[in-house]
Amino acid sequence: MMEKSRRSFLKVAGIAAIGLGAAPAMNFAASDSHGTAQAVKGKNQEVLTAHRWGMVIDTNKLNDEVVENIVAACHKAHNVPDFNHEVDEDKFPNTRPVNHKQEIKWIWEEGFHNGFPDKEDEFLAEKFHDLPFLVTCNHCKNAPCVKACPTQATFQREDGIVLMDYHRCIGCRFCMAACPYGSRSFNFRDPRPFIDETVSTFPTRTKGVVEKCNLCSERLAKGEQPHCVEASEGAIVVGDLEDPESEVRALLNEHYTIRRKQSLGTEPSVYYVM
Amino acid sequence: MNKNYIIAGLAIFVIAILSPFWFNMVTLTQAAPEPELLGKAKTEKKCVLDKYDMRANHMSLLDEWRDSVVRDADRLYTGVNGHTFNMSLSTGENSCLGCHEDKEKFCDSCHTYASVDPYCWECHTNPKEIK
Repeated sequence: MMEKSRRSFLKVAGIAAIGLGAAPAMNFAASDSHGTAQAVKGKNQEVLTAHRWGMVIDTNKLNDEVVENIVAACHKAHNVPDFNHEVDEDKFPNTRPVNHKQEIKWIWEEGFHNGFPDKEDEFLAEKFHDLPFLVTCNHCKNAPCVKACPTQATFQREDGIVLMDYHRCIGCRFCMAACPYGSRSFNFRDPRPFIDETVSTFPTRTKGVVEKCNLCSERLAKGEQPHCVEASEGAIVVGDLEDPESEVRALLNEHYTIRRKQSLGTEPSVYYVM
Repeated sequence: MNKNYIIAGLAIFVIAILSPFWFNMVTLTQAAPEPELLGKAKTEKKCVLDKYDMRANHMSLLDEWRDSVVRDADRLYTGVNGHTFNMSLSTGENSCLGCHEDKEKFCDSCHTYASVDPYCWECHTNPKEIK
């Protein structure tokens, strides 16, 4: 047998190393070359799109009944718990008593003075004192909640909607501190016992996450208008703020509108026709 | 010679250290459950990925789907096999549960066996359960 010199050993070792590396390299090249069929992700054909979604609320068309319907429609469709709901003891035994400060709301009625604290005129037109205002997430252009979120659970979509990824929310509530509109609610407890009728088309939330209005992005994706718009009898219009031809822009042109706490520079996308 | 003692000792050591495996071999007789295909899933025969890929990677697929739906607003997934699915766990006909109708027999049977406890259903609802 041939004497093994260091030189011949290294030669064989080198060739062996190339051989070992060849298989993965060949596989890689092979998988690349026949990649004709690729999975594709896309949107529904009916999808409603915008450059920046916005909402115009005509306060003249709001009354207590309409406001109530809107809130009910939204909260029902999104499985928002109502802590006044009587718990079904069979399904959820040992539910602890409710703390009513821990309410959860996506859209709700607010008085003018609370909704627009910086618009306190000394001699405010009297009708504003008891007009029901509807407030919700403003889907701000410079949303402070997005900047505050440490996990990017709250983020702004390209079309301007400020959305939450509940999977990523760690419940730190920085966003709630950051939001100047109180648009966010925290789930201090499992909301399920307090949902009157769970709707199967939208998930519930779990204990320990923050939630808020999502501008019905799940409906826009199917080409449908948000629930609040449908229930509003024409008082709420949702559309593209950056499209000069859009219905919301026409309304903004025709009427004098205000926004909530505009001076903070968050650029809210919800306008109120006065 | 200590050779016999050493070999005997090694044998005992190996038996002892593998004792959990021996124990399981003796006590556990049930094999891994097969997910049961019922209703639509049974006749359809075409899932998003092929069977083995699905079995191994469904969690990554769901993760990808979630990001796509929530962040990019893309809700339709056309798989390599040409079928289009609604990227949703439980809403609508074309979602996971829309086809695999029985969550207990499809999801839970394996998850329970493998002792994994995904928290999907803390938020997502099984349409069957809420009737």
